Amino acid sequence: MHRFANPARFMRLSERLLPWCAALAALTLAVGLWGALFTAPPDYQQGEAVRIMFVHVPAAWMASFTYFLMAVASAVALIWRHPLADIAAQSAAPLGAGFTLLCLVTGSLWGEPMWGTWWVWDARLTSVLVLFFLYVGYIALVNAFDDPTRGARAGAVLALVGIVNLPIIKFSVDWWNTLHQPASVFRLGGPTIDSSMLWPLLTMAVGFMFYFAAVLMVRMRTAILNARLRAARLGEADALNAAAMGSFS
Amino acid sequence: MDFATHFLAMGGYARYVWPAYGLAVLVLGGMGLWAWRQYRRQQRQWAAEAQMRPRRRQ
Repeated sequence: MHRFANPARFMRLSERLLPWCAALAALTLAVGLWGALFTAPPDYQQGEAVRIMFVHVPAAWMASFTYFLMAVASAVALIWRHPLADIAAQSAAPLGAGFTLLCLVTGSLWGEPMWGTWWVWDARLTSVLVLFFLYVGYIALVNAFDDPTRGARAGAVLALVGIVNLPIIKFSVDWWNTLHQPASVFRLGGPTIDSSMLWPLLTMAVGFMFYFAAVLMVRMRTAILNARLRAARLGEADALNAAAMGSFS
Repeated sequence: MDFATHFLAMGGYARYVWPAYGLAVLVLGGMGLWAWRQYRRQQRQWAAEAQMRPRRRQ
């Protein structure tokens, strides 16, 4: 793991992986969309409104997955002080916030025709809203310090504390009464969705994942370039200072 | 044409289904575009300053 966690190695590796990730994302999203909009049948109870599932559920999975990734990266950053881990966590945060927002709004658009309400303050919806605020809070906290290292450490602590929210989201539909349906894909005893709906759903989820990986790599490369640029500027300033000091001695 | 109108109507749920897909395109497309533009800006900045930087002695 540490071998890949070197920024120079990451730059080389990501340069080669990026086009593949982007191409696979385009392919899987195209196939998934085709399945979601054309081949999947309308639900016998929900009719065509069930098609919202194919964006809502992958967005929800990615919202939790991105947070998990961010928390693991934050732990690595706190324990081993690895610069790439901070970069990974900070690059992932706005993407996770985007997925969470997409999950919340598509859920609302699904809830209105099916439940008769845009929103209820039940455990599942509220815990996902808390997840969104955790992302926003993390981004604000990281940028609230003049010293980027202190910002990164404060953000990492918040990300780690916030991970208690992930099991709450996952099991909220079992622990409390809610309008939200219980798990129907990742459950003991296998999925309860028919395969004609399951394959477009899983294909969309894989597409979201590849797309996330591609955008994350672009953002991490940007952050590494930015760090190199600042280091180069500092190096020049040091050289100028040294030259100036030299002329006085 | 008939298929298209039928398809777009989404069994009467068009005003819920299409905004959901539209927002998905907006959010995913937005994050990709935003990341790519920042990346290109950073690359240009790096290239511009590399030209001004005196070459290091080996």
